[in-house]
Amino acid sequence: MEFGPHLMLAALEGAVTAAVLALMAAGLSLVFGVMRVVNVAHGEFYMLGAVLAFVVAGMAGGGAPGFVAALVAVPLIVAALAVAADRAVLRRLSYDPERTIVATIGILYILQQLALMGYGPDARPVAPPFNHRIALPWIDWGAGGPVLTWPWGLSITSYKLFVIGAAATVLAGLWLLMTRTRIGLVMRATQLDRETAQTFGIPVGRVYALVFGLGAGLAALAGVLIVPIQQAHYLMGGDALLLSFIVVIIGGLGSLPGTLIAAVLIGLSDGIISVFFSPTLAKIIATLLVALVLVFRPQGLMGKPAR
Amino acid sequence: MLEVQGIDAGYGPVQVLRGLSLDVRPGEITCLLGRNGAGKTTTMKAIMGLLPLGAGRITLAGEDIGRLPAHEVPRRGIGYIPQGRRLFAELTVAQNLEIGLMTRNSPRHVLTRVLDLFPRLADRMGQRAETLSGGEQQMLATARALCLEPRVLLLDEPTEGLQPSMIEAIRQVVIRLKSEGVAILLVEQRLDAVLSAADRVVFIENGQVRETADAADLRARPELLKRYLGV
Repeated sequence: MEFGPHLMLAALEGAVTAAVLALMAAGLSLVFGVMRVVNVAHGEFYMLGAVLAFVVAGMAGGGAPGFVAALVAVPLIVAALAVAADRAVLRRLSYDPERTIVATIGILYILQQLALMGYGPDARPVAPPFNHRIALPWIDWGAGGPVLTWPWGLSITSYKLFVIGAAATVLAGLWLLMTRTRIGLVMRATQLDRETAQTFGIPVGRVYALVFGLGAGLAALAGVLIVPIQQAHYLMGGDALLLSFIVVIIGGLGSLPGTLIAAVLIGLSDGIISVFFSPTLAKIIATLLVALVLVFRPQGLMGKPAR
Repeated sequence: MLEVQGIDAGYGPVQVLRGLSLDVRPGEITCLLGRNGAGKTTTMKAIMGLLPLGAGRITLAGEDIGRLPAHEVPRRGIGYIPQGRRLFAELTVAQNLEIGLMTRNSPRHVLTRVLDLFPRLADRMGQRAETLSGGEQQMLATARALCLEPRVLLLDEPTEGLQPSMIEAIRQVVIRLKSEGVAILLVEQRLDAVLSAADRVVFIENGQVRETADAADLRARPELLKRYLGV
């Protein structure tokens, strides 16, 4: 394959990574923004999403109905689990920023080991509900002007397009939820001033539980979407957590548009650099980017400086 | 209306209020006076349920509200205008007011009434609260509290850092609320601003009430002030 089509292919793979990453990082950013909790267990909610997708899809008989059942049920199950973790652990620590970091590290290991005990060390796939190969055209400049060609290997599957579309739809919905609804207004008021929110009748404890559940649900949704492409494994949360942190730091903590921009940036560069060089180099460059952002623009691309 | 009976409260291990009692009556302005650190703001926060009570009771029209979760207290009809305004800075004027309206599910006409009191806010509904001037921010903080049609209004230093015309505007609104029968508890540093409007003055020191006096008496006998405040 020539360079141009090859680059396009890498960019498309990167777009799938970006879509999943944006979902996950949006959850992490939301939890940090509203609750000031750095949720180290966020990657495990993603892992649980993937692992439970395998379990639920199997119980529902596999195939397309199984996947749809997983897509609907798994984010809700994981969100409920996160709400329970919030009630049982985080609330008892009064959401203290430092102690919750240690507590979520504990939750990380509990979830990871439970997955190992219950699901085992194997990586298992879930069949995508549909998976048509869609060949993509490329424009070549021939002797007689531009010619449409169909390079061998330049293609994407319909499922990957679905992942990109689903992520975009969910993120748009999240944005509408935060900016256009009462519950979004309540969440933003809580984020801006927790104490004053209480003096206007906002039950901050319930808002926190909801936000923690929503954040975990987004991570789980990302996990369900990725499992037909990547397989479910009990250790898959680690890399996903690292990339989410990278995205959230570059984008600016608590900023949804910043998170989206950074997810596209990191997802595309990860896809392209992985294809042309190596996945390790992609991680090195992403981490270097974080270091540069922290030095030159600590609040991130779209974040606001601390007052 | 609002009765505070022998409350102890503080921040963690630091006790600020020691057996503090006061009552706030409908249609009256009760003013809390005292030096810095005497416990004025702490009293307000304790009434709002933001600080746990070590002892004592707080009742609103006979109902014990001292041990309700903090978010239930405003729903009983207590409007709070905190020190430093504490607006939701990144939200618009309209959204700040919306949060006030949501507290007790106030009907829409309440907003119209509140905006009649503060016409300047009506022109700035889409503007972010942090971009308002200091006086407008105080108006918004007051308007936000009025959106829940309070039976009791707590004002913590509402005139701090404002120009005289703004202080007058706020004062007029407070006097109007008083005439409508709202029970008002006011914390204020500026005696001149207080004495002309208040009905009763409660002096507090070290978290305890030293003296409760009629404002009319204080106006007639200013030497009392010297005794209580040393001014």
